[in-house]
Amino acid sequence: MSDMTAVQGTKSNGLAQPIYLDYQATTPCDPRVVEAMLPYFTERFGNPASRNHYYGWEAEEAVEKAREEIATIIGADAKEIVFTSGATESNNLALKGVAYFYREKKNHIITVVTEHKCVLDSCRHLEQDGFRVTYLPVQKNGLIRLEELEAAITDQTVMVSVMAANNEIGVIQPLAEIGAICRKHGVFFHTDGAQAVGKIPLDVNAMNIDLMSISAHKIYGPKGIGALYVRRRPRVRLQALINGGGQERGMRSGTLATPLCVGLGEACRIAQAEMDEEAKRLTALRDRLLKGVSDRLPEVYLNGDAKLRLPGNLNISFAFVEGEGLMMGVKDIAVSSGSACTSASLEPSYVLRALGLDAEMAHTSLRIGIGRFTTEQEIDYAINHIVEAVSRLRELSPLWEMHLEGIDIKSIKWAGH
Amino acid sequence: MSYSEKVIDHYEHPRNVGAFKKDDDGVGTGLVGAPACGDVMKLQIKVSAEGVIEDAKFKTFGCGSAIASSSLVTEWVKGKTLDEAAKIKNTDIAHHLALPPVKIHCSVLAEDAIKAAIADYKKKNGLDETSAA
Amino acid sequence: MAAAAVYLDYNATAPVRPAARGAMLRAMAHPGNPSSIHGFGRAARRLVEDAREAVACLVGASPEAVVFTSGGTEANALALAGWGRRRLLWSAIEHPSVLKAAPGESIPVGPDGRVDLSALEELLAASREPAVVAVMAANNETGVLQPVADVVRIAKAHGAVVHCDAVQAVGRVDIDMAALGIDSLALSAHKLGGPTGVGALVLANSDVDLAPLLRGGGQERNRRAGTENLPGIAGLGAAARAVQDDVGEMERLAILRDRLEQGARQRVPSLVVFGGQSPRVSNTACLAMPGVTAQTLLMGLDLAGVAVSAGSACSSGKLAPSHVLIAMGAGPLAASAIRVSLGWASRDDDVERFLDAFGAVTGRLAAGRGTAERHPALAG
Repeated sequence: MSDMTAVQGTKSNGLAQPIYLDYQATTPCDPRVVEAMLPYFTERFGNPASRNHYYGWEAEEAVEKAREEIATIIGADAKEIVFTSGATESNNLALKGVAYFYREKKNHIITVVTEHKCVLDSCRHLEQDGFRVTYLPVQKNGLIRLEELEAAITDQTVMVSVMAANNEIGVIQPLAEIGAICRKHGVFFHTDGAQAVGKIPLDVNAMNIDLMSISAHKIYGPKGIGALYVRRRPRVRLQALINGGGQERGMRSGTLATPLCVGLGEACRIAQAEMDEEAKRLTALRDRLLKGVSDRLPEVYLNGDAKLRLPGNLNISFAFVEGEGLMMGVKDIAVSSGSACTSASLEPSYVLRALGLDAEMAHTSLRIGIGRFTTEQEIDYAINHIVEAVSRLRELSPLWEMHLEGIDIKSIKWAGH
Repeated sequence: MSYSEKVIDHYEHPRNVGAFKKDDDGVGTGLVGAPACGDVMKLQIKVSAEGVIEDAKFKTFGCGSAIASSSLVTEWVKGKTLDEAAKIKNTDIAHHLALPPVKIHCSVLAEDAIKAAIADYKKKNGLDETSAA
Repeated sequence: MAAAAVYLDYNATAPVRPAARGAMLRAMAHPGNPSSIHGFGRAARRLVEDAREAVACLVGASPEAVVFTSGGTEANALALAGWGRRRLLWSAIEHPSVLKAAPGESIPVGPDGRVDLSALEELLAASREPAVVAVMAANNETGVLQPVADVVRIAKAHGAVVHCDAVQAVGRVDIDMAALGIDSLALSAHKLGGPTGVGALVLANSDVDLAPLLRGGGQERNRRAGTENLPGIAGLGAAARAVQDDVGEMERLAILRDRLEQGARQRVPSLVVFGGQSPRVSNTACLAMPGVTAQTLLMGLDLAGVAVSAGSACSSGKLAPSHVLIAMGAGPLAASAIRVSLGWASRDDDVERFLDAFGAVTGRLAAGRGTAERHPALAG
C-alpha cells in the first residue's frame, strides 16, 4: 500500500491525457519504427515494382530486408512472407484462399468459437458458399480440448484455424500440440497470430504451422500493414483475394507500401530483440495490477487462464457493476469493455460467453492491455482509479445491494426486455 | 461514444442514490431490467397520504445513460402526484439527456421503473391500477 | 550507385507531399484505434472522418459513400466482386487489377487510345444479363482520358452499372461522380502524393448494396473490415486537400509535359507520342523512338540518372509489350514505348535534364545503331 499512496495524490485532472491501457486494440507506433519508416515516404519513395530504375531497386531492397525480419521472428523463410493490409486481410486470405483453392478436394474447416470476428465471418461466408465449418468450444479457461479437435478432423477437413492468443482474454492455445495433430492428419494449420507475434516465442516449423496471420499495429508497428506466412515446404497454395499486378508472387496484388513494410520489419526486429525482457516486465505489471485490485475489492474474477496468457493482458469481471458504466467511471484510463455494448444489440462478448460466463458477468468485464510504454506508476494509478470507480458504482448498484443482503440474483425472475 | 454533458453530470453526481425500506406502506418499489441485458434499475418512491411523491431514491446497474436516466427521473417525480408521474414519457427523458438512438432503451427502462414503482405502491395500498398502462 | 537525380515516374508512385507527411506524423502520434470508444479512439475516429470528407469532396461524392481500402488494387477488386453481377465488361486498356479481378468481355479501343463507344453499345445490346462496365478515367500508360460520361450514358440505357478506375485521374482532372453518374470509383493515395498502402472505393451513394471482400469487424459500414490505417487515411485526406488547393498545378504540368514532348521530338524527329491527339491527363507522355527498344532506352536513361518506365510499374519487371499499346494497334512499336510522368515535385529543370539525357542516349543510339545494342553496359 505504501507505494500506492505515492500516487494517491494525483487526481484525475492532474493527467494530461488518460493512461493508455488498451494495447490489444492497438499500440502506439514505436518511435524507432517511425524513424525507420520516414525516409521511405520522401527521399526513398520508389515503387518496389519499378524494376528499371534506382528508386525502384532501393524500395525493393528495403522491402526484402523487412520480409527477412518478419520471417525471422517466426522461424520462417523470407520467401514465405506475403504482405497484406493487416491481419484482417491475412485471415480472410488464409481461410478463403485455402478453402477455394482446394475446394474440389475437401470442403471442411475447423475453427474455434472464440476466434476473432474476421475469422468467424470468413467462415460464415464459406458456409454460405457450401463449405462445412466446425466451431470448437473452449473450456472455462479459454483453451480448446485437443481431443475434441482431433475428433473433429475428417477426410474432408482441409484446414484447422486456431488463433495463437486471444484478443480479449489473452489466452494462448497449445499451438505445438495442435500443429502436431494437424500434421498427423494431413490438414493445414492456420493460426491468427495478430496478438501473439512479437509477444511470445513462435516457430512455424517446431509448431507445424502452415499459415500465420501477422499484424503490425499490435506490435508497435504502423496500421495498414500485416503479413501472411504461407508455408512452402510442404507447399500451401491459395487463391488470391486481390488480383492485378501480380505482386507477392500472385498471392496479393497491389503496390507494396514500402514505408509500411519497413515499419513492420523494424517492429519485428525490435520485438524479437526485446521479447524476453519485455515479457518479464509486462508480466510483473500485469500481476501487480491484478493483485492490486483483488486485494482491495471482493468479487473480482479473472477471465481466461491465469498462466497461459499474454504477458500484457488482463480481462477482469467486477461483479455487480456494468462494464460500460464502469468504462465511463474509469475515464482516466483507456481500456475496453468486454461487452460489445456499442452496438444496438447490447450483446455481451461472445468470447466471455464461450467461457461459460453468465451474461451478467460478461457484462461486467474490462479488458486491460498493458504494453511497452506502460509504467509501474501508471499501473498503480490505474489500480486506485479502478478500485474507486468500482466501489462507487457498487454503491449505486441494486445488484450489489442484493448481494450484500444475501439475495441470490439468479433466484429473481427478471423481466428481460 | 460521447455522452452529453447532462448524462455526464448525472453520472458523476447522481441525485437521490439510496434506498427506502421496502416494506413501508408509503413506499413503492420498481425493479426493472435484467442483469443479463446489462441494465437493472431500482426506483423507489415515497408517497404522502395525499398521493404526492415526496421523495424518491434509485440504484442502477448499467451504463452512464441508464444511471443518468434513473437519476433524472428521481428529480422529476418528486412533488408530482402519482397520475402526473405516470405521464412521464421516455421521449422526454431521452430528449432532456440528449440520448443517442442506441441509448433510447435506457429512457424506456426509466419510464418502466416509474410505472413499476407506482404499481407497487398502489398494489400495496389496495388502490386500483388503471394508470399502469 | 547514387540515387537517380531526376524522377519522372509519377504514374508508378510519387513522393509524399509535405502536407500529407505532416498529417501522417500527427496521426502516428495518436495511439488510438478508431473503433475504440475511449477518448483515444474518438480522436482517431475524427481524423478518419475528416479525411473521408476531403476525399468525398475531391470526387464529388458524399462522405458516407467513401470506403477506405489498402489501395487502388483492392478498391477495384472490391467493386468488381462487390457489385455481385456475373457479367463484366472492361475496356481493353484497363489496369491488371481490373482485368484480372474476374473474367470479362473486352471493349476495344481505337488507335487514339479511347474506348470504342459503338462497340460498347453492341456488347451491351447482345445480352440482357445485367452488367458491370469498368472503364478507367485515365490510362496509366498513355494518360488518355476516357469518355466516361458517354460510357455512363450508354451503360445506363442498358441497365449496367459503371465502375471507374480513377487511380491515375483523381487529382489530375476534375472528377465529379454525381455529375458523371459513375456508380463506383477507385482511387489511390500514393498517385496523388499521399502514402502507399491506402486508397478508397467511392460509391454513388451510401445505400449501395456492396458485398465486402474482407469480412470481420464492422469497419467502414461493414464494407471493409480491418483496423483503419489511421496515418495512411490521414495522409490521403491531406493529399486530397492539397490537390484541391493546388490551383493551376495541372496547367503547370501541361506546359512542362508539352515542352518535354516538343524537345524530345526535336531530338528524335521520328518520335511517336501515343495518344498525343487525344485528351490526356497533363502529366503523362508515352513516347517511342522507332527501332529502339524501350529496354535499351531505359537503361541509357537510368545510367544518366533519369528514372522513367516502360508501361506500368506492376509489369515493368517483365517488359512484355504493353497490352494498352497493343490494344491501340501499335504493333511492334509497343516494344519501344517509354512512359514519362510528372508530378507535384517536378520542376522545369527535371524536363531539361530529361531532354539532355534523352538527346545524348538517342543520339548515341542513332549514330552507332547496331553497335550500341551490343555494348556491354546496354546489353540485356
